Order: sequence, then structure tokens, then C-alpha cells
Amino acid sequence: MDIYLPIAGQSVNALLIVVLGFLVGVLSGMFGVGGGFLTTPLLIFYGIPPTVAVASATTQITGASVSGVMVHMRRGGVDMKMAGVMIAGGLFGSLVGAGLFRLLQASGQIDVVIGLLFVLILGSIGGLMLKDSLTTLGVISVKSRQRPKRHNRWVASLPMRWRFYSSGLYLSPIAPLVLGFFTGILTVFLGIGGGFILVPAMIYLLGMPTRIVVGTSLIMVLTVSAATTMVHSLTTRAVDIVLAGLLLVGGVVGAQYGAILTTRMKPDLLRLALSVIILLVGVRMFLGLFWHPDEIFSIEYL
Amino acid sequence: MRAKLPPILLALLAPALIGADKPMLVPDISARNVQIRYSFTGAQLLLFGAVVYPGGRPPDHQTDIAVVLRGPVQPILVREKQKIAGIWMNADSNRFRSAPSFYAVASSRPIADLVDERTAAVYELGVHNLQLSPGGGALPEKERRFEAGLLDLRKHAGLFAENPHGVEITDGVLYRATITIPSQVPVGTYTAETFLIDRHKVIAAATRDIHIDKTGFERTIAVAARRHRLLYGLTAVAMSLGLGWAAAAAFRRRI
Repeated sequence: MDIYLPIAGQSVNALLIVVLGFLVGVLSGMFGVGGGFLTTPLLIFYGIPPTVAVASATTQITGASVSGVMVHMRRGGVDMKMAGVMIAGGLFGSLVGAGLFRLLQASGQIDVVIGLLFVLILGSIGGLMLKDSLTTLGVISVKSRQRPKRHNRWVASLPMRWRFYSSGLYLSPIAPLVLGFFTGILTVFLGIGGGFILVPAMIYLLGMPTRIVVGTSLIMVLTVSAATTMVHSLTTRAVDIVLAGLLLVGGVVGAQYGAILTTRMKPDLLRLALSVIILLVGVRMFLGLFWHPDEIFSIEYL
Repeated sequence: MRAKLPPILLALLAPALIGADKPMLVPDISARNVQIRYSFTGAQLLLFGAVVYPGGRPPDHQTDIAVVLRGPVQPILVREKQKIAGIWMNADSNRFRSAPSFYAVASSRPIADLVDERTAAVYELGVHNLQLSPGGGALPEKERRFEAGLLDLRKHAGLFAENPHGVEITDGVLYRATITIPSQVPVGTYTAETFLIDRHKVIAAATRDIHIDKTGFERTIAVAARRHRLLYGLTAVAMSLGLGWAAAAAFRRRI
């Protein structure tokens, strides 16, 4: 069934987009990530213009994180104060990101920057997660593993400490603010919520308890992706509401099934699977930078 | 349609034109308005018409017809990727001030057999004869490279097309050609030009306009995204929140 996308200006197979949304939704429900890191590259591979893909994937992330936020709010697994600080940083980051995005678009290097950022982030996060999950599964053993310190040295040295009661932390708000800022930039650039960066950063850098990390990051992802949709609507005008709707219909249902699946699988295996998926997408993007492109020329409308 | 309409037209027009000493083209198009709706996957346009000869009789030798459909002209920037430090990235670029967004030509014989190069250039017959107005005093060699790149891209996308045997002529007076437009064409006013070619010369020409526009829901969205940006963004956010909430509510009882 073909359907015309009014902003992308081309017709796509609606069923295929819904299925794509569903599969990404299952992953996002299983792992508690937005899934934007898969949606954006896959839409680009399908032939959607990169800007439209990034902007519409952002809209989808908002919807994908709603049910997660609802569940975690009910359980009380959210540090609202911490989330507030990160959101403030994220909103600022998405505005700065929009400015940088336009600069890079004008110089013609946005595609390469998107590709490099994806490779860098997917490679490092995927690698870290793979090592971690292999360690917990006992496949590889770390020789002399020091007990990790409660606080990261850099974070602890920052001035002006606040108390975050739900997290049980006493640390400077500058650290989560900066973390939110960079996640905001990435949301604009890559159409990713950044959950898969936020979660490890909150655990390893800020030392937040795992219990409230997912809920807090989801609230942050929801707010910043919604704000980024607004930024894209106002500046690039690349949000295709029909494309986002199709992705969402599949995505929100998929997320529910993903959540059901999680309860039946071992969490360590889940982490292993996610790290492998992240690494595979990263490797594909990496190779894409070096392969001879199908089209040497590209057209930009003035 | 092809069996009925052109003869009627011809019958109506012929008596009035018998006195003229030059042949005349009476072109028409299967649709003057193409509307892009949700299910738009492209369209096929039938460009047909009749040639009215003085005295109502076609000449003894064969005459030819070329039909050109062109979309609105856009200023564009073409970028070229080069391998820098192992990575393919945009390096060089060239501006074209007047590249047609769509161009299709159909003719009864290959263009090269119909007219000489100069005539083809004057009437812009064939994709290689398009006046793209490259800007900025680049070297001719570079300009040619970028022009070839642009033509290639547009041909792959189905936006530039040549059909050297696309016009069918019946009894020397009726002609018809089918031109396919893909779904990613831009909206705007398109022109359909018909040329009557006799012994390497264009002896008659006629033009018709076609309007391609988004209608209904698609139009509303495209307009809203441009004019009511804030409202459009809020609607997108509300939609994603609503769908997310609805799915969560629907599945809550099952888990």
C-alpha cells in the first residue's frame, strides 16, 4: 500500500514503514531506549531525505517513550529534580544544535558529520556494553577489578553542590546539565533520544542508582525530543507528520510487546543482544563512510 | 478517448483553417490538473492532438512530432563527493540557476535524426540541450562534469527522460505520446510543448499548461508546515503523546 508523504515529497510503502516502526518499537520496549539510532539510518537507507528522516524520527521517539514514563512514574522511579536539571541542559543543547545543524547544512558537510557521530557513539557505547555484558555473563574475566568509586573524580570536583534526594546524591548540577546539553545536541543531529548514552552516563559518571536511572532518562528523552520536534518544525520544517504517524502506529504497539518480552528474558542476555545490534549498525555506518557512494553528486535546493 | 476526441476537434476546426497557408497544431492533454493525494504514486499523462494542414491534406513525405513536458525551473547547488583521507565527503560544488525540476521529451524518431544541433539547442530538445545557466565562472571542464552528474541523478530519479520513439503518429495528422511523472515531482505549473518538424525544421509549435498541485489532506499538511509552524509542531507532539498514551492504556489490562 503506497502512501504519499507531503513533506518528504515522495510516496513510500506504508506497510513497510509501520513494520519498521514496530520492530524498532519492540527493541525500545525491551531495552528502554528510544530506538532513534535505528530508525534514522534505516529511513535514510530507504531513501527518505536525511533531514526529514532525522526530524520525523525525533517525533516518533516522543511517542515511544510515553508508556515507559507512565510506568516509571507510577513506580516512583524518577528523580524529578535531576530530570529537571538535565532537561534544562537538553533544551539549551537542542537550540545550539539547531544552529550548528544549519551551519553544517550550508557548508555541505552535514551527512559526513552525521555518519561520523553515529560511528563514534555507536562504536564506543556498543563496545562498552558488550564488554560489560560479557563480563557479567562470565565469558571474559577482568583481572584485578577495583571496586568502582561511588563518584567520578571529575564530577566530584565540580563546585556548587546540590542534594538530589531521590538519587541519594550530593553533587554539582553542572554535571547533569552538561550531560543534558550534549544529549540535546545529539537529538537534533541524529534524531536519537539519547537514552542509550544517558543511561550508562548516569550510572557510571553521576553514580545514580540503577533503580531510577531508566525512568529519569525517559522523562528527559520525552521532553527533549518533543522540544526538538518543535525546533525542527520552526526551523528546518522537515517534520513529516504522516511519516511520523506511520512510525508511531507500529512503534507504540511494538513497544508494548517489547515490554512483555523483557519479563521473559534474562537481562544480561538482553544487554548482550542490544550491544551486538548497536555495534552492527555502527559497523555498517563506518563502512558506509569508506565505500564508494552510489551517487557522487547530490542536489541541494537553494 | 483517442478514437473519439481528436477527430471531433479536427472536424470542428478544419473548415475554419482551410484558408491558412501554414500547418497548425491542436494539442491537448489527458489532464490539465494533476492532483497529488495520499495515494499519489506518480501519474501518466497522455499528450495528444492533431496537425491541421492547409487544405486539410498532409504532405506526401513524413513529418515528425516532438513533445516536451517541463516542470518549474529551480536554482540548485550540485555537490560532488571526493575521497578525502579515506572518507567520501562533499568537496566541490557548482551552482545552476535554472535547472528544470522535471523534463521529459518524446519524439517520433530520435532527436538527432530530426533536427540539427543548433535547432535542438534553440528549442532545448533533449536533456543534453537544456540551458541550465551554470553560475560563477567555473572552468568549462568542471561545468561539464557537474552537468553530467546532474543529468545522471535526475535520470535515475525518473525526473529527466527521453523517449526517442514515444510519439505515435496516425495517418500523418493525429499524434499521441505518454509521459510518466514520478511521485517525487515538485508542485507547480508545467508546460507541455509540441513541435511539428518537417525536413529538419520546426514549422509549428504549441504550448499548453498543466498544473500539478497537492490537494486535500496533503495540501493542508504542506501548507500548515510552511505557514503555521508552531501549530504544526504542537500537533505533531500532541499526536505522538496521544498515540503513545493510547497504546499504553490499551495494553495495560493485558500485562
